Amino acid sequence: MEEVEDERIGKNPPWSSDHLRRMAKMISMFLATGLLITIAITLSLYRVVVGPGVFNRTAAVNVIGTKTIVLLVVMGYYFERPYFFDIALLYALINFVGTLVFAKYLEKGELWS
Amino acid sequence: MVLVDAITIAFLGAGLFFLFVGSVGLLRFPDFYTRLHATGKCDTLGAGLIILGLIVHHFFYYPGTILITVKLLFLILFIFIANPTATHAIMRVAYKTGVLPWKLGEGRK
Repeated sequence: MEEVEDERIGKNPPWSSDHLRRMAKMISMFLATGLLITIAITLSLYRVVVGPGVFNRTAAVNVIGTKTIVLLVVMGYYFERPYFFDIALLYALINFVGTLVFAKYLEKGELWS
Repeated sequence: MVLVDAITIAFLGAGLFFLFVGSVGLLRFPDFYTRLHATGKCDTLGAGLIILGLIVHHFFYYPGTILITVKLLFLILFIFIANPTATHAIMRVAYKTGVLPWKLGEGRK
């Protein structure tokens, strides 16, 4: 292990090879996490396709939306693009509002009264 | 730094465990209400744990960009408020429109 000393930052500044090796390990961890979240989404997709009734399908779509938010944040760290977090925030809002609007539509049969 | 990696991986593993428990509960439980009982809590906690681990990672690997940490904390806060509310809304509508809860001895619905 190569120890690099910098007088401003201290041991292991962000441009040392040790730091880069740890960063690559963590990025592979994020890839594994994203793949496992994708498997969980695929498991939930069964309830969307064959789930009896409209309520099961709506609940499963809400669950898939929550998992997609986490997948977007993990993808933001995998690609090292912080703009994915804004998309995740927007997706959280749209998921919540969509579920509420669909619940109201199922209850009253109309959206505006 | 290695301790930070261990903490991040522990948070990610715990969050993945809860996400998988939620998915298996959505598949295996016999009724609509029991399925939402499984997923409404496990998904919220799993998402919170994974994003918390990523906050720990970000705080030590990318110093100086504190705004993104605040953004992710707000995302956790919003998920913890919005996800149980959405679950409650869809479950209340199902109860009002006459979906009966599962009793012992009935088949899968």
